[in-house]
Amino acid sequence: MTRFEFVACSELIQILGLRADDERELAEILEKVSLDCVHYHTHGHFLRHGFVGAPYPNDFATWAAIQVRDRVLGERLGVVSPLDFSSLEELREEILTIIDDHLGHLNIVPRVIFGDPFDFMQSRIVEAPTGGIADSLETFRAGLARIQPSALYFHTIEASRRLGRPDTDFAVWLRESLGLDRLAAAVNRVDPYAGSLERLRTELLRLCDAELGLPLETGLPPAAGPESPGTA
Amino acid sequence: MKPASLEAYRDVAPPGTVEFLYRLSEKVQGRSFLHVNSTHQGGGVAEILMRLVPLLNDIGVKTSWEVLEGTLEFFRVTKAFHNALQGEEQVITEDMYETFLEVNRQNAERLPLQADLTMIHDPQPAALVLARKVPGAWVWRCHIDASRPQRRVWTFLRRFVERYDAAIFSLPKFAQRLSIPQFLIYPSIDPLSDKNRELSDREVAGILTRLGVPQDKPILLQVSRFDRFKDPVGVINAYRMVKRRTECRLVLAGGGAADDPEGKVVLAEVREAAGRDPDIHVLELPPDAHLEINALQRAATVVLQKSTREGFGLTVAEAMWKGKPVIGGTAGGISVQIVYDLTGYTVNSVEGAAYRIRYLLNNPEAAIRIGRIAREHVRRNFLITRHLADYLTLLHVMMGVRPPDPQPPRGQPPASDA
Repeated sequence: MTRFEFVACSELIQILGLRADDERELAEILEKVSLDCVHYHTHGHFLRHGFVGAPYPNDFATWAAIQVRDRVLGERLGVVSPLDFSSLEELREEILTIIDDHLGHLNIVPRVIFGDPFDFMQSRIVEAPTGGIADSLETFRAGLARIQPSALYFHTIEASRRLGRPDTDFAVWLRESLGLDRLAAAVNRVDPYAGSLERLRTELLRLCDAELGLPLETGLPPAAGPESPGTA
Repeated sequence: MKPASLEAYRDVAPPGTVEFLYRLSEKVQGRSFLHVNSTHQGGGVAEILMRLVPLLNDIGVKTSWEVLEGTLEFFRVTKAFHNALQGEEQVITEDMYETFLEVNRQNAERLPLQADLTMIHDPQPAALVLARKVPGAWVWRCHIDASRPQRRVWTFLRRFVERYDAAIFSLPKFAQRLSIPQFLIYPSIDPLSDKNRELSDREVAGILTRLGVPQDKPILLQVSRFDRFKDPVGVINAYRMVKRRTECRLVLAGGGAADDPEGKVVLAEVREAAGRDPDIHVLELPPDAHLEINALQRAATVVLQKSTREGFGLTVAEAMWKGKPVIGGTAGGISVQIVYDLTGYTVNSVEGAAYRIRYLLNNPEAAIRIGRIAREHVRRNFLITRHLADYLTLLHVMMGVRPPDPQPPRGQPPASDA
């Protein structure tokens, strides 16, 4: 059996110098930027919202709703789930189609007046082990409760991209090393895009507890305080 | 201030952070990292280097810090540059440009500019890059809001900046059109510094008594220079709207008026606006009044930073770290720190500030909830440990120490390095 090593990550954010002041510019620039940039503003959004979830689950929706104050576009973009698209190119197409359709129903192009423009960015991820190792469901559950939010990001959202399929590192290990197919499937069904990384942690812990026959936990794990090593 | 060791942050950083930082540093152990700025003390850059340099050494990165030596004339010139880069119209003569270059040339001969990564902070030493000869990466770290610079000064500075391998800004809006990569690194606060460390209620009470601020009613606080962009008069007007129905005190604490002619004018305006209201306290504090600011922030019920123009505005993170609800102007980095209704409120008017002050004073459970989330938000995003992770990540990237590119999903190109 292979042991599971929890890995966390840190990102260096690059400002691309591309800026949109209105929704048409947003679409025009989005059409041209790299897929890394699309990833940063959609999947990567969660790495920066590990504790406090943003009002909408991607940067485009949040900008439209909060900075442009166009709630309708914010809502329409906010419901887009990256899980529904097999590639970043398809995800980009969907976002562009929504913006185009929205603008097609308006006589003016909504723009920022009091808010900030949209700055396009991308990032470089550097990974490092947390020191946490699991060799059973019990130790996996203990590690899961302690790891940094960036490790949750790395093993779920980032993993799907790395593996090239809608699978998480957690599910792969649970299935292939522990033979827990049912739990692995349940882990893969948890939508990582439906809230903050802490909400994701809570959901995953609930699934582990159910499998272990433990009483279900409620609420968030301790957010801070004396640090315990991630080793299980 | 004693040099810190990373272990000291185990109890304040998010769980797992210290262990992760050790692991993140493994691949850059023994690398040399040189910082050059223009002052040993005073100002945010020296404050952060004083803490970050020992921490980087503590985890095995050979980090040194050199300070530019300049004449009074040089610093007069760079002050004018600084103002021009922040958008103030300045007269810059050819002689001033020559003074800037000459001092940089002299320092280039004097300083040991040899490291795997050299980070030059702010405009004063920017021209040192002309002296780069040995292998190693150079990055220019801009701490100021240079988003609307005086064109001629920026054109002059830009020719040096373009010779770096990368530039780093504190907010995307501060970035410039440049041919080199531009990175984003937020500033941070140190939870163990005098300005942010835990204080007992007794210490807080003692300091407030010394400052002449009674703790008999809720305290509204704004800590900032006496500067019109911080809108201190707007804060007094908001306080007056609240005061009609809700008992409170207002403390406006700041410095910078003693050696700043404009600061004196603004301070006089503030005193005039305050009138003889015994519940308004205008405090002029020296630059090293860190414990006093700490105590005031801990004693406050609501903290304001009602800026109309702002750099990053780290006083917001300082207050949030102390579990206080903050009402900030929608400016600069304030909106990065305040997540509306979760970690505080951003407002766009005096009326907006008054409305939110009144709400928080009359809904103490909401103030407690917001303060609790605000503290956690700062713990995870604006502490020096996150800054340390950013610098280690920068070292990884600039040194080319990185894991293989992720396997691209089917039908997609590999991640670009651009």
